Amino acid sequence: MKGTFDRRQLLKATGAAAAVGVVGMPGLALGASKKVVVVGGGPGGATCARYLKIFDPGIEVTLIEPKTHYYTCFMSNEVLGGHRSIDSIKFGYDGLKKAGINVVHDTVTAIDPEKKVVRTKGGQEFAYDRCVVSPGIDFRFETIEGYDEAATKTVPHAWKAGEQTMILRKQLEEMKDGGVVVICAPPNPFRCPPGPYERASQIASYLKKAKPKSKVIILDPKEKFSKMGLFTAAWEKFYGYKTDNAMIEWHGAAEEAGVVKVDVANRTVTTKFGEEVKADVLNVIPAQKAGKIAHDAGLTNDSGWCPIDLHTFESTIHKNIHVIGDASIAKGMPKSGYAANSEAKVCAASIAALLNGKTPPPPSYVNTCYSIAAEDWGFSVAAVYRLAKDGSKIVKVSGGLTPKDAPPEYYKREMLYAHSWFVNITRDIFGL
Amino acid sequence: MPGKTTGLLVAIGLGMALAAAPASAQNKELITGAPAEILAMTCAGCHGPDGASGGPATPNIGGLSKEYFLEVMEGFASGEVPSTIMGRIAKGYTKEEIALLADYFSKKPYVPAKQAFDAELAKKGKKLHEKYCEKCHSEGGKKPEEDSGILAGQWMPYLHFTLTDFLNGDREMTKKMKRKVEKLKAKEGMAGFEALLNYYASQQ
Repeated sequence: MKGTFDRRQLLKATGAAAAVGVVGMPGLALGASKKVVVVGGGPGGATCARYLKIFDPGIEVTLIEPKTHYYTCFMSNEVLGGHRSIDSIKFGYDGLKKAGINVVHDTVTAIDPEKKVVRTKGGQEFAYDRCVVSPGIDFRFETIEGYDEAATKTVPHAWKAGEQTMILRKQLEEMKDGGVVVICAPPNPFRCPPGPYERASQIASYLKKAKPKSKVIILDPKEKFSKMGLFTAAWEKFYGYKTDNAMIEWHGAAEEAGVVKVDVANRTVTTKFGEEVKADVLNVIPAQKAGKIAHDAGLTNDSGWCPIDLHTFESTIHKNIHVIGDASIAKGMPKSGYAANSEAKVCAASIAALLNGKTPPPPSYVNTCYSIAAEDWGFSVAAVYRLAKDGSKIVKVSGGLTPKDAPPEYYKREMLYAHSWFVNITRDIFGL
Repeated sequence: MPGKTTGLLVAIGLGMALAAAPASAQNKELITGAPAEILAMTCAGCHGPDGASGGPATPNIGGLSKEYFLEVMEGFASGEVPSTIMGRIAKGYTKEEIALLADYFSKKPYVPAKQAFDAELAKKGKKLHEKYCEKCHSEGGKKPEEDSGILAGQWMPYLHFTLTDFLNGDREMTKKMKRKVEKLKAKEGMAGFEALLNYYASQQ
């Protein structure tokens, strides 16, 4: 081990904790290098970088993120609904910089697990003791004939927020009254399970005011979806669901409604059943997989996602590389922004312990997914988790859904709490 | 260079062997023994880092008294204290874990909410507070009392929600509080409560 260490100094510095912490760890070299490179500056990566510094300011943290600003996917549906500005979901990295994190705006092109080096498009190289990869998702374009990266400029997915969100919002604003918005929902597993249905709700809330003759059609390969009972109840209450004047229609697996083909120029999709549906505004959310660098770095398995240790989030394929957030197979947790933020903290605590020659502390995880379906109508699914002793699953120990028969005041409060969650989690992620 | 392990890592004494926590039927197969900081960091997503909430509605929890924190969390879990999310969340923590959280948050600074308020109503509210509330919610509602939350600087929508729950009877008031609240309501009406809430909001 490199560097010198002074056991007496360590004991002095750690005080009471030393009695428990240092015993049984001979040869603990305080001078050992503690470099962590975090790949990706979204809810997972940015949270992890901040918490590494909180757990141990002595860790040298570098965060590599191509974008100078991050647009959160969460609350982007409210931008589509016209209830929120695009700027309100835009976040910079000054908070991370103030916390002493080295923020590099570049794209990681390779991770060498033997040499423990991260390489970037701009030709930079970063050595690490531990690497955290939080790259989000990429799309499996090959699952929909006729849909590719180029097509997203006119038929947006808006499943990565920012430019895509604005393309879709602009199309909605320019759509004539009586137009049809088609949302093609993805198969499981995907980022943000309630997302497509909150999107339909938010768009319907906009159309109800601005273009009341219009409608939203969801074409879904799945039999059911997250918070289905709560969404359909809201759609019945606010958008005439299942009536002749329904503003929202949902077609699922029973009708073989999953989309298999897109004619981008004519905004027409073909379902598995063979039905053709023409849209005035078309939103295709394709099947997903881990973000590109995860594949390039050999961190994915056949599923297209990254297998990991559920306590430390260390890859089970490459040592010293940890994967968190949407890209990881965090069995038991959904793919959500809050889950990424929760996993990031457990990962940071584990890495900080490991870098100091200690055992990762027992973990605790949480996730709450809020959806806002109409004005003053928010609802949620929440869960608290612990890790199974055999490491096989992150187990839900409590949680649940908003009760279907709750009074309107309850849903109103949930909307305000959803907005509060947004303010607080973005502070937690970006430190601003 | 020598590592500066003066951060949280040291504070939570990381490195202790995985605590062989007493197994209970509920969590026999789960890893237990998470220290306070690990438990507390799960709260930040909604309540803000160290329980200092940016609002608009989710309350500040940093700086609350240990006793009150414990009482309310147990109330959420049992349903005695009404909630939207917290009932589902509170059940996920054992009594021991809630005690750890209560101790942790009680040591954090209370950060008064930066929110708009009506100065005229706040002036009126101050007088009403002194007359009806100060005895139990001392220092203008700033003191982290054993049996109440901190009113001064709390998010107004949250104060509205809890007050509504108290007035509805959905949440139980102590006999003393009920007497004062009813007197205030009789004399000043709902406008009196509006003034009070603006007074609390004004303390930033």
